[in-house]
Formats: sequence, structure tokens, C-alpha cells
Amino acid sequence: MAAVQDHGHSHGHDDHHPTGIMRWITTTNHKDIGTMYLWFSFAMFLVGGTLAMGIRAELYQPGIQILEPELFNQFTTLHGLIMVFGAIMPAFVGFANWQVPMMIGAPDMAFARMNNWSFWLLPVAATLLVVSFFVPGGAAAGGWTFYPPLSTQGGLGVDMMIFAVHILGASSIMGSINIITTILNMRAPGMTMMKMPLFVWTWLITAYLLVLVMPVLAGVVTMLLTDRHFGTSFFNAAGGGDPVLFQHIFWFFGHPEVYIMILPSFGIISEVIPAFSRKPLFGYSSMVYATASIAILSCFVWAHHMFTAGMPVTGQLFFMYATMLIAVPTGVKVFNWTATMWRGSMTFETPMLFSIGFIFLFVIGGFSGVICAIVPIDIQVQDTYYVIAHFHYVLVSGSLFAIFAGIYYWLPKWTGRMYNETLGKWHFWLSMVFFNITFFVQHFLGLAGMPRRIPDYALQFADFNMISSLGAFGFGLTQLFFLYIVINCIRSGEKAPQKPWEGATTLEWTALPTPAPYHSFETPPVVK
Amino acid sequence: MLKKLFIFTIVMFGFGYALVPFYDKFCEVTGINNLLQPDVLTKETQVDTSRWITVELDANTRGLPWQFRPLQSSVRIHPGEPVDVMYEIRNDSDREINGQAIPSYSPRSLEKYLRKFECFCFTKQVLKPNEVRQMPVQFIIEPGIPADINTVTISYTFFELPSGAKAIKDN
Ligand code: HEM
Ligand SMILES: [Cu+2]
Repeated sequence: MAAVQDHGHSHGHDDHHPTGIMRWITTTNHKDIGTMYLWFSFAMFLVGGTLAMGIRAELYQPGIQILEPELFNQFTTLHGLIMVFGAIMPAFVGFANWQVPMMIGAPDMAFARMNNWSFWLLPVAATLLVVSFFVPGGAAAGGWTFYPPLSTQGGLGVDMMIFAVHILGASSIMGSINIITTILNMRAPGMTMMKMPLFVWTWLITAYLLVLVMPVLAGVVTMLLTDRHFGTSFFNAAGGGDPVLFQHIFWFFGHPEVYIMILPSFGIISEVIPAFSRKPLFGYSSMVYATASIAILSCFVWAHHMFTAGMPVTGQLFFMYATMLIAVPTGVKVFNWTATMWRGSMTFETPMLFSIGFIFLFVIGGFSGVICAIVPIDIQVQDTYYVIAHFHYVLVSGSLFAIFAGIYYWLPKWTGRMYNETLGKWHFWLSMVFFNITFFVQHFLGLAGMPRRIPDYALQFADFNMISSLGAFGFGLTQLFFLYIVINCIRSGEKAPQKPWEGATTLEWTALPTPAPYHSFETPPVVK
Repeated sequence: MLKKLFIFTIVMFGFGYALVPFYDKFCEVTGINNLLQPDVLTKETQVDTSRWITVELDANTRGLPWQFRPLQSSVRIHPGEPVDVMYEIRNDSDREINGQAIPSYSPRSLEKYLRKFECFCFTKQVLKPNEVRQMPVQFIIEPGIPADINTVTISYTFFELPSGAKAIKDN
């Protein structure tokens, strides 16, 4: 099929972008910026992963072997912060940059210059976080949720973390404003809202959630900062404040945040499953409504993270039922994906494998979430490894697997080359096996009472911890293998056809050549 | 569009701050967190002379050079009976210090049954160098307290208030 945009040299600015490093620093091209986001988040994924290896190495055996407790706490804290804000979120923004304009037939993002800024803030924040390990007192060590009073104590490392969170927040807000405006104003003629690919829908809703709650996070870290340095007492009991207030404001951000990390993966899965089932997505409009209701509900369930913080029974009941309610629209989605596969002519290329793996494991994580939502159970499992298992099932085998699915799915379009299918399948199966070895046993550890964020444990937990650590090392190595697969694809993959996936129907496959040209859709395509 | 979204962002930033007074008000109205407000004696409570409860008194300081102790380490009382106990603070340093006491109860459910009419924790305390002060606490424990509770602890911790800070709530 012919490309819609002009491929020749008639466009002056086609040829005038700077080359070398300046190209990347000054670029306003959504594809360049998307690429940078993705590489950045991969780099952060390796940093956060290294910290995780440290944590699991320490927990390999009972007793303190390699990390002093203080350093161990810094590792868990920074592991969480870096994975959430440095790896998962920027990866999705990278996808949005690459895909949203191409999928709605727009030439670029709405605010190209701002797009460049929102990316270049990230390395600054990442540097602050990493360097904070080396300042006196070390990095922040009070957990990724930085509850006071630990976070109002602590040294320079905590200030650096606060500043990094500010910067990351600003970056996400700018990114979301860009995405919202692009989607609302720059769709090709005929691309009505209800014709948008689901990936675009989920990102639109995610972006709204981001502008809703990121400023609240910025507010709460500002309060921490003024408590630390300017004599205010928002969270200081002695000055009339209340540390529990912090938890409320933090989780008002924090729970929507977990959906910010999962909604775009719902979008990716909703593109991949129909493509490899060769059927349109089952229940498109119910998917859109389910996504929207998840987003709205997610703003009213925050206190399920605080059932043991001291709350009246009425409050506990409200948040318990509200939380369980979220499982309903989530269930609708899982049903629709399954129904899409039902009687489809399915093939199992790597993106599809990761998507099916996603559905299986995300459902396990959803179930353990509902179990955590039951107050009497949560009072037992709060702050144990059960919670760790829960959120790694939704974040690693949820968000991360969806990211892998998306990368394998779109890599041909981005690079013009196919990845090696055999290696991709290996990556999937190794990830699948090692992931479950690592995290499944943590359910048992949690139910048996092993607390999280502690470098040592009672002897009866030794076996499961050893299994979990071995799994983690395997999982870590497997991700280096993923790096190899991607590089191998870029450098020596086979040339990809315009539409390597038979069942793909979105614009980037049907209306653009492979690899996607530097400038696409300068004349908008017409969507029927 | 850019402007609207930007304004929305600022509004949400403000909303984060607005949650602070909202939270205080919410806790006050629902009575969730009124540790530092005097209770009013509504009606004569019945004294349950058939029960004894031991009240352990505990005193701590954190980060300020004061001596702080109860004059009696525990009292035995009947539920419903008005009780007076004394605490003493002494400033060992040679500067004037503002302190604020924060109560804490054990078991947690004690809060529901404890009525405090008079307490040094309702206001900040200012001590000149080497000043000593004795301060009363007046309270009752309501007879409704579950029968399996025989011993309760009332604990106070004094914190230093930043100089110039107002009392904890403006009372
Ligand atoms: C059916 C959906 C879900 C339900 C009912 C649910 C419920 C819960 C509950 C009740 C907790 C608190 C457990 C505790 O601290 O004791 C929790 C923790 C958590 N959940 Fe979920 N969850 C769901 C989905 C998700 C998703 C999709 C994500 C992210 C992609 C997620 C990420 C997290 C995280 C990160 C924590 C732990 C936060 C921390 O304390 O560090 N959850 N979840
Ligand atoms: Cu939550």
C-alpha cells in the first residue's frame, strides 16, 4: 500500500535536523523523543534491577551478609522509586510518543518543544536519585512511599529524592498535557473518538489521571520539604500536624498512580490480542467505558493502603467495598480479551505470548489485590511479602510484560527490521518461569508473616527466600538477553514488510511504510 | 487547551494543600482525632464501683532537655469516677523552651472511653530556664469500657515546638 505522506526531498525541514548528539538533544520529533524515552527507561530498568539483585542477594540467606540494614533500606526505597518513576512510567510515555501520532494520523505531538523538555528533565531526576547514594547519609531509606516521620528525618539524600520527585512530576504533567491535546485536537479526518485504537483511549484516560494526581504528589512532597527545612508542621505531631495525613494525601495520588501504570498496558494488550487472533476486539465500547470507570473509581479507594493506620470501621468498610468494585470493570476487560481470542485464528508470536502471559498473571495479581482489600485479611498481610507478591504480579507480569509485548509488536515498525522470533520466545518463556519462581513463593512468605523491607528474617522463611532469590537472578539475566535481542534486531534483523502482522488494522500498519518515516502523516490520512 | 490543562494542574496542586484543613475539619467533626481538645461533661456518669481499673501513667520527652514525670506512676480507679493526677516538668537547660505534649493511649480503644476535662496537652507549655511546673490532668473513664480491660496506659510525650510557633491548635 502506498504511503500517505510525501517521502521525497521536497520538505525542507526533512533534511535540516542536526546530526550526532545534537540531534538528540534538540530534537522535537515524536519518534526521536519516543526512542529516547524507551532507552532511558530501559537504562533505569537495569539500574532498578541491579538494586533488586542486591536486595535478593541479601535475602538469599537469613542473617546480614552483604548489605548493612541501612543500605538495604536505601536499596528497597530506590528500587521502588526508580522502577515506578524511571522505568515503567517513561516507557509508557515512550510508547505514547511513538504510537499516538501514528495511530490517530497526526504529524507529530501537539507541543513539540515541550515534548523535548519533558524528556530531558528525566535524566536530571535520575542523576539526582542515583547520586544520592553517594552523599553523606546515603539515599532516602524510608520506602518508596516515603512516609514521615522517616522522611522528615533523613539527610541530604531525602532532599535529593524530593527534588527528583518534583522534576519527575513536572515531566509527567507536561507529557500528559501534550498527549491530551494531541489526541483531542490532532486526529485525522474521520478518526472519531469511538474509532480511536484502544491504546490511544487508554492513554487519553491515563493522561487525565496524571494531571489530576501528579500535582497532588508535588504538593505533598512540597509539604515534606517545608516540614524538613522551613519549620512547618504538616506531618509533625508535635507541631499540630499528623503523619497519617501524609498517608492520605500520598495514597490519593498513589492509588491512581498504580492505574496510571496499568491502563496503558491494557491499551497495548488490546491492540496485540486482536491482531494475533485476527478478529476485531470484542466489546470495544465496553472497553472504553471500563477504562474510564476504572480511572474514576481509582480516585476513591486510596485508603485500602491504610487499613492498619487507624481508621474507623465505617471508613474501612467504605474503602473495602469501593476497592472490590474496581474488580468489576477489570473483569469486563479480561472477559473481552478472552472473548476476542475465542474462535480466533490465533498464532503465538512473541507479542501474543507476552499478552497471554499478561492476562494469566495479571488476573492472579488482581485476585491477590481483592484479597488484600478484605479488611480482616489485610490486617494480617499488610506490610508483608504478600503485598509484595500482589503488586509484582500486577506491575511486573502486568505493566512490564505489556511493555515487552508492545516492544516486540512495534519493533518492526520502528526499526524496519524483525526481531528473532526464536529468541523472543525464549525471552518470554524464561521470563515467565523465572518470574513465577521469584514471586509466587512470596505469597507463602507473606501469609506466614514475613515482613517486607527488612534485611533479615526468621529461619523458617529460609527455603522460600532462597528459591525466590534464585528466580530473581534468573529473571535479571533474562532481561540482559532481551537487550541482546533488541540490539540484534536493530543491527542485523531481517527487513520487515510494511505489515508483518496479518491481523493488524491500525493506521501505522495500514498507511505507513516500514520503517516508519521520520515525518509521517504531514497530509492527514482519511479514515473511513 | 494548554492553558486550561495548565490551570487545572495548578488547581490540583492547591487541592493537595486544601486536603490539609479538610482533613482537620473532617477529623474534628467526626471526632476521630480530638486528642487535644477538652471534653465536656455532658451528664452525670454513673460510677461503677464494682470494677477497678489500673491506669498506668507514662511520661517521655523527645529532643528537648526537660525532666518530665508523673507524680504517681499509676492510679486505681472506678469507671465513671472523676480522677485527678499530677505531672511535673522541669527545664534543665538555660534557655526558654516551648514544649507540646502529645498523648497516646493503650489499648487503642481507650480513646473512645476516656474523657479529659483538663490537661496540659491542650496548650503549649513555656518553661524559663530551670523552671519547674506541676500540672494536673483531670479525666474519667466511662463505665462502658469493655469488661476485659483492667489496665490502661496514658502516655505523654513532650516535643519541642519551633520557637515562635503558635500552640498546636490555636487555643
Ligand atoms: C483488582 C485490582 C486491584 C485491587 C483490588 C488491589 C488492591 C490492593 C490493596 C488492598 C493493596 C494494599 C495492600 C496492603 O498494603 O496491605 C494494594 C497494594 C498495592 N497495589 Fe494493588 N490492587 C489492584 C490492582 C493493582 C494494580 C493494577 C497495580 C499496579 C499496576 C497495583 C499496585 C499496587 C501496589 C504498588 C501496592 C503496594 C503499595 C505499597 O504499599 O508499596 N494494584 N493493592
Ligand atoms: Cu491501591
